[in-house]
Amino acid sequence: MLEITNLVKRYGRNDPVLKGLNLSVDGSSVVSIVGASGAGKSTMLRCINRLVEPTSGSIKLNGHELVNLRGSELRHSRRRIGMVFQGFNLIDRLTVMENVLSGRLGYVSFFQALTRRFPQTDIDRAFNLMERVGIAHYANKRADQLSGGERQRVAVVRALMQEPEILLADEPTASLDPKTSQQIMSLLQTLASEMSLPVLINIHNVTQARMYTDRIVGMRHGQMIFDGAPKDFNQDALDAIYGGIESPEEDGGEPQHQTAQEALA
Amino acid sequence: MTPVRTATDASSGRVWKKPPFIANPWVRYGLVAITLVYLYWAFSTLPFNWERIAEGMPRALRIFGGAFPPSFERAGLLWTGFKESFQIAFLSTLLGVFLSVPIAVMAARNVAPLPVYLLGRTIIIVSRSFHPVIVAILFVAAVGFGPLAGILTLTLYSIGFVAKLLAEEIEEIDWGQVEAMRSVGAGYLKMLIYGVFPQIMPRQIGLSMYQLDSNLRASAVVGIVGAGGIGGTLMNAFGRYDYDFAFAILLMIIGIILVSEGISGWVRKKVW
Repeated sequence: MLEITNLVKRYGRNDPVLKGLNLSVDGSSVVSIVGASGAGKSTMLRCINRLVEPTSGSIKLNGHELVNLRGSELRHSRRRIGMVFQGFNLIDRLTVMENVLSGRLGYVSFFQALTRRFPQTDIDRAFNLMERVGIAHYANKRADQLSGGERQRVAVVRALMQEPEILLADEPTASLDPKTSQQIMSLLQTLASEMSLPVLINIHNVTQARMYTDRIVGMRHGQMIFDGAPKDFNQDALDAIYGGIESPEEDGGEPQHQTAQEALA
Repeated sequence: MTPVRTATDASSGRVWKKPPFIANPWVRYGLVAITLVYLYWAFSTLPFNWERIAEGMPRALRIFGGAFPPSFERAGLLWTGFKESFQIAFLSTLLGVFLSVPIAVMAARNVAPLPVYLLGRTIIIVSRSFHPVIVAILFVAAVGFGPLAGILTLTLYSIGFVAKLLAEEIEEIDWGQVEAMRSVGAGYLKMLIYGVFPQIMPRQIGLSMYQLDSNLRASAVVGIVGAGGIGGTLMNAFGRYDYDFAFAILLMIIGIILVSEGISGWVRKKVW
């Protein structure tokens, strides 16, 4: 159960990026967060595991307050929050297995981490999870030799190695091709229900958000403006979230549009 | 329909020139003028004694003549000198590279807090501010003639160079990997080992090889001021007018540098 109340984040003296955000996620629901670039989606996700320091407000994970934690307390609560990134953020020069085991860094001693002598239970868990997502045969391959989809699977396994109570995914499919990104989305969906794990996904692709998640949260200018089931996410909601925001592609995009239509005709 | 553009349009025949490197013409021509004036001034005031240069020519020829053919007779002396130089170079590279890792971490702004960063930068600046020969003179005065002074000198020299470049490399790493390690709950040291060191490792190995190469060269030079190694042997050979032996030493140095450059280049290419 994740409860965010009145979350505010302000960078320097600028306008706040998050303006008193409230959100609660319970059980094993997969929640997608949609919104234009700069709406504060990423900032909100990063406030939860404190990669970004919230300015004020409260974030509770299973009744445990996360804001204002320091030092080892903070590290201990981070172990319970898995995170998957847009750019995968794997340690490129280490093997897939080392990357997967690095999910246990919060639990093992410094010496174990340095010499890669992880407990047998961790290694068993690593192989099981890698088999589950189909990357076990890559265990000794270097992470940068894998394709995008495979790398994101490694990243998902790394996060699951933490035995997380919640999984955060910051645009996990934005660097992937359409087919692979569907595979990753459906993997996240099934893993969430298998492990009864709540998952928060920042996503730009509204179609995928509708298809793979139980609930859609729409954000604009640091505030939540839509919260509901995918079937209620209609054109009005879409306009409210993205409407009136000029994206650079749309400036003078008219002729292109025409050519596309001509090509179709 | 958009008309097809051809070269015969009204817009043809337009002139294009590469924009000048310095846009302001006053600055551009001013710099040229200043350079010319300086060169004239330098050559007209520096004391070139042409007579002395003319006298020196035959003497230089005599020295080079005496150097032919190079004499490898005292191979024992040659061997001890080079062995000591190698020992100095290897030990100081190992020590210097080992010590430069923590100093580089201290001197990288993205992984060190400000006071530690300033301390790290200070260490690097101090160890870089003097040429190894000057440092060697200081160490010879402090710990006496011999290889210890050479090892200390080149260790300091290695720290200055390797730590500085390594710190810059740390400042340019992909921060996402560090973020990922922080998000799994790793502490500072584990974050360094997983998130930072793998990223700088190829550079670290390349720099170590380069530094070994550079220390081999420098160990011959610091020997001249009494810090052990082949440099001392070379100095003695010159002092006793044994130009043929000195020439043999120089040939050996060139050979060794060539071999070590080849090896270090090969290793650096292999590491990625």
